[in-house]
Amino acid sequence: METDFTTSRLTGWGRTAPSSARTAEVSRGDVAAFIKDSNRRGVLMRGLGRSYGDAAQNAGGVVLTLQGSAQEAILDVEAGTLTAGAGVSLHDLLKVIVPRGFFVPVTPGTRFVTVGGAVASDIHGKNHHVEGSFGNHVRRLTLMLADGTIHEIGPDQNPTLFWATIGGMGLTGVILEATFSLIPIETSLCTVNTIRCRNIDELIEEMSHGDDDHRYSVAWADLLSTGSRLGRSVLWRGDHTKLAELSSKEAAQALRYEPRHLASVPPVVPSVGFVNKLSSSLFNELWFRKEPRRKEGGHKSIPSYFHPLDAIGSWNRLYGAGGFLQYQFALPFGREDELRQIIEKVVISKTASPLVVLKRFGASNPAPLSFPMPGWTLTVDIPARAEGLGHLLHSIDEMVMQSGGRHYLAKDAHTTPLAISQGYPRLEEWKHIQRSVDPDRRWQSDLARRLELI
Amino acid sequence: MENAVGEVQNILVLGGRSEIGVAIARELVTPSTRRVTLACRQPGESREVEASLARNGLSVESVSFDGADTSSHAEFVDNVVASGGDLDVVILAFGVLGSQEQCDDDAQSAVKIAHTNYTGAVSIAMEVAKRFRQQGHGRLIILSSVAGERTRKANYVYGSTKAGLDAFAQGLSDAMVGTGASVMIVRPGFVHSAMTTGMKAAPFSTTPDVVAKLTVKGLRAGKRIVWTPGILRWVFMVMRHLPVAIWRRMPMG
Repeated sequence: METDFTTSRLTGWGRTAPSSARTAEVSRGDVAAFIKDSNRRGVLMRGLGRSYGDAAQNAGGVVLTLQGSAQEAILDVEAGTLTAGAGVSLHDLLKVIVPRGFFVPVTPGTRFVTVGGAVASDIHGKNHHVEGSFGNHVRRLTLMLADGTIHEIGPDQNPTLFWATIGGMGLTGVILEATFSLIPIETSLCTVNTIRCRNIDELIEEMSHGDDDHRYSVAWADLLSTGSRLGRSVLWRGDHTKLAELSSKEAAQALRYEPRHLASVPPVVPSVGFVNKLSSSLFNELWFRKEPRRKEGGHKSIPSYFHPLDAIGSWNRLYGAGGFLQYQFALPFGREDELRQIIEKVVISKTASPLVVLKRFGASNPAPLSFPMPGWTLTVDIPARAEGLGHLLHSIDEMVMQSGGRHYLAKDAHTTPLAISQGYPRLEEWKHIQRSVDPDRRWQSDLARRLELI
Repeated sequence: MENAVGEVQNILVLGGRSEIGVAIARELVTPSTRRVTLACRQPGESREVEASLARNGLSVESVSFDGADTSSHAEFVDNVVASGGDLDVVILAFGVLGSQEQCDDDAQSAVKIAHTNYTGAVSIAMEVAKRFRQQGHGRLIILSSVAGERTRKANYVYGSTKAGLDAFAQGLSDAMVGTGASVMIVRPGFVHSAMTTGMKAAPFSTTPDVVAKLTVKGLRAGKRIVWTPGILRWVFMVMRHLPVAIWRRMPMG
């Protein structure tokens, strides 16, 4: 078979630290041939490029994208499971499964991620506190190892390799297909309760006591306010709406699913971008004021509740040519003071960050490199060219390390090998498994090189 | 690898005893940096420089390198990569100023300057560029000089080598577009350093630290050419077009 590569300059969603690789879009049957045609710089699979940093880049090596179609996915209505190719996006799957009364077990803030990416990053969503991350719901994976052999693995079948692949950033093999359980839904709506919190303390208190009554919970905090209003926020908690909650007219099209595309950001944006202190302040003030102090039981569609930013195509361009980082870390319960200190540090730094998300995590899963841990996770967007950003992030890294916290590999674009080895105490165990299935270092990525994962 | 804010892990200074080269390396070092390699003719003589860069978690090492010995360059790059991994930033900072008077008496002196500053620099830059293409990333900083913008009678041999190197670097910079790697050209004015000790400073003179700061700032902003100080860009826009009769009589020689 002829392997035909294109040389492409790749970045993550944050559009920073570009590198060049030989790329190709391949069908499942062709993967082995393309892998054979790689050099010492190795191979990596790339989905929709929604990782913010360099997780889906492989400088000087091969980067493959797996073709896939949601039409070929197999929905087992009885068992409530779905088997889909790794290259298929949640966006395409939702269009198939929602009208048939099912929802994905976990969705991140965007539906433009592939099944393979969801597994490799062990993504989490608003339901982590009750249902864990994506890996918790995977029943079976089809994995191609470095020698080209294909293996079926699962929680009961070669669990060591299975859990090393969950959150393994694509470094154990090529995930070809996954079977995972779905959430049965009666309607395509979510019943959402909104609570406005005056500051971070009020928010932590509210989340600690009320989250467990709801399937979904997430808060947006405004990091531009200070003092007693530090971390003023809006907490949204929701559940899939029951059919009985709808009027008969609404019930007639209870499972309607029509994600809308409002607009796309054009490729040319002033190099400084549109995200600055003024635009952020305005934006934050508006959304904070728009929410009522406390509102119960409003209905929201799946796209508007789970994926609000997906309505704007290429929103990452808003940050201009310099790109941006999404800095996400988790701290264990009991480290709320440190969480507050870090938030304060970001506020003082005055780096514009309109989108700041706080989420309370539930239990971890057995995957050595899975990010979620019982505790809090904070996500901050920052323009990459912000003055003194490197210094700020290293000092936050230090606090995260000292608090027993960790960074999310799928988002990381800045941290150090030290922070990762401290944050993931089972890294050595994972490396051992990784080496046993890839002794010749076939699988490589810029992230793996930068953080010395392999 | 380079991270999202332009911090790098592995730095190679070609001309490990060049004050400007080392100043740029020092400015580039962050907690993300793992290794600085100083390449110079007598590695034993850079202990002081090594000590000045030392910090926790950073390995600083000197290796033997002769810019003029072009036949050794390919192997040199292979060895540096084999022991230290991908090159994130390479600073091409070696060069000799020489003496124009000596050149006037002995043509071989001029040949030597031309060979080291131009031929040697072209040779190692080509090897680095080849490596960058293979690894799919990397940044090469080439130290040019305003002396090459318009040569003057006081140092036209040196100036001409920088003019040639600058032209080469511009071409290489364009050629690297799309490879994931890039080339940046730095054009300093008169820099107070060991190289210029005892010389009369030209207007808008600067220091290695200032050159380093502006270079790193330019690198992180993705600039192709950096003038240090920045005003020289405008000064030379005028100088370049001065009538020869006036240029020849300029006080700085």
